[in-house]
Amino acid sequence: MKWSEFFTSSVGKKFIMGLTGITLILFLVVHAGLNACIFATLLDENDHGEMFNKAAHFMGSNVIPRLLEIGLFLGIFLHIIQGLVLEFQNRSKRGISYKVNYGNRGSKWYSRSMGLLGTILLIFLILHWVQFWIPSRFTGMEEVTIDGKQVHDLFGLMKTTFEEPWVVLVYVLACISLAYHLLHGFQSAFRTLGLRSNRYLRIVKGLGIAFSILIPLVFALMPISMHFHWVG
Amino acid sequence: MEHYTMNLNLQVWRQKNKQDKGHFDTYQVSNISSEMSFLEMIDVLNERLIREGSDPIAFDHDCREGICGMCSMYINGKPHGPWEGTTTCQLHMRAFRDGDTIVVEPWRAKAFPVIKDLMVDRSAFDRIIQSGGYISVNTGNAVDGNSIPVEKEKADASFAAAMCIGCGACVAACKNSSAMLFVSAKVSHLALLPQGSPERKTRVLDMMAQMDKEGFGSCTNTGACEAVCPKEISITNIARLNAEYISAGLTEDK
Ligand code: HEM
Ligand code: SF4
Ligand code: FES
Repeated sequence: MKWSEFFTSSVGKKFIMGLTGITLILFLVVHAGLNACIFATLLDENDHGEMFNKAAHFMGSNVIPRLLEIGLFLGIFLHIIQGLVLEFQNRSKRGISYKVNYGNRGSKWYSRSMGLLGTILLIFLILHWVQFWIPSRFTGMEEVTIDGKQVHDLFGLMKTTFEEPWVVLVYVLACISLAYHLLHGFQSAFRTLGLRSNRYLRIVKGLGIAFSILIPLVFALMPISMHFHWVG
Repeated sequence: MEHYTMNLNLQVWRQKNKQDKGHFDTYQVSNISSEMSFLEMIDVLNERLIREGSDPIAFDHDCREGICGMCSMYINGKPHGPWEGTTTCQLHMRAFRDGDTIVVEPWRAKAFPVIKDLMVDRSAFDRIIQSGGYISVNTGNAVDGNSIPVEKEKADASFAAAMCIGCGACVAACKNSSAMLFVSAKVSHLALLPQGSPERKTRVLDMMAQMDKEGFGSCTNTGACEAVCPKEISITNIARLNAEYISAGLTEDK
């Protein structure tokens, strides 16, 4: 079988979705863990976001995270493009639609709405890049001095960005979409890659539910606690 | 269970032929016994339509005992109707109440074009089977079945997959019109047995290629197929199909 045949087959396309999906899941662990450093201010009054700014500086300057970032972007774009292509191809297979729909009787609404949830995430991602990633990487931003080094004041940027109620609202909505995307996606990815042993599936399902609730919750708490000055 | 009779309001998809656009017609049927099967209720209506000189409703059926896979009605939004693990022919009118409205549609998928009314062309499934859903053996004396040892668990799982009657309800229920539950049942049934192992890789590659060619969608693991399957084929088979396909696709040199 040729590579092109494999990757254009319906299982091959899903294989890409599953692999890139799991890559994104791993990235979320790192991203959530790193950003949770903003909560250091709750433990140490004199932190003022230093721990977070240092961690972000490390990620932006060290070569390993920078290399991983390239892989991450490839993964994200593959996931988005393949996801949208699959969504449209699958939608086109029915022809005339039913008068009465099977709906939630046979499957969960979010498992049927992965394309929609993903699109909400995509819109959020664009906003998120414009607000944080592009200034930090390319267009430049305010700096602070920590331990004699000039580093980007991402903590400060978060504080000002999340003053706006609509931004907080959009971030929270995105976190809810992420939760539902993962509630189906986490375990679906492992099935797509061929996992079928009940012993493992039980673990994957449990982990998936915990992950889908915890990670989006940690993310959602960031804009909320900055907006209400619980952190700062 | 107590016997009762009912009057029903039916909305049935009518379509003269492949080219016709099709529409819903409404029929009132009265005095339907709760002991009748769903297809018998349609038979009663058809007898009346014939007497009135109009065209009876075309629908597929053969065994009427849940084994052939011919019957195929999408009843009130669910393939094979409200009961679980049953075919349309096994559905009985005690599932309904006096005064109910019942909407009957054909399987909807571009890969299953309507031939007439509620009858759809499921020959795409035959072509998928032809592409690899078999084992090649030289003919001759029948071999003693016990000469090849098979683990009990695998034999059971294989048998459970072999229960698939090829009705196509999985396609009808799936939001992607995917035939993965059907293909996975056929692939699993043979992949689990020693007799199926020589052609294991080519089988899964060829059957999936045919599935894609026939215009079915891809699987997103929603589980709607499993929920409607009259033979309760497990969605675990789809994960097995994925594993079979990925390992064959990444290693087969053909
Ligand atoms: C951080 C962000 C994201 C994560 C962690 C993520 C994760 C996942 C996972 C694990 C799957 C399951 C793959 C499988 O079933 O094999 C998946 C599927 C999918 N994702 Fe995402 N995704 C993300 C963002 C997006 C975005 C931005 C889009 C689109 C615009 C998108 C669209 C889809 C679609 C259409 C599917 C396929 C549906 C399905 O398989 O049921 N995702 N995603
Ligand atoms: S898997 Fe179930 S629903 Fe699908 S064709 Fe076989 S018996 Fe019918
Ligand atoms: S008519 Fe044979 S299964 Fe229903």
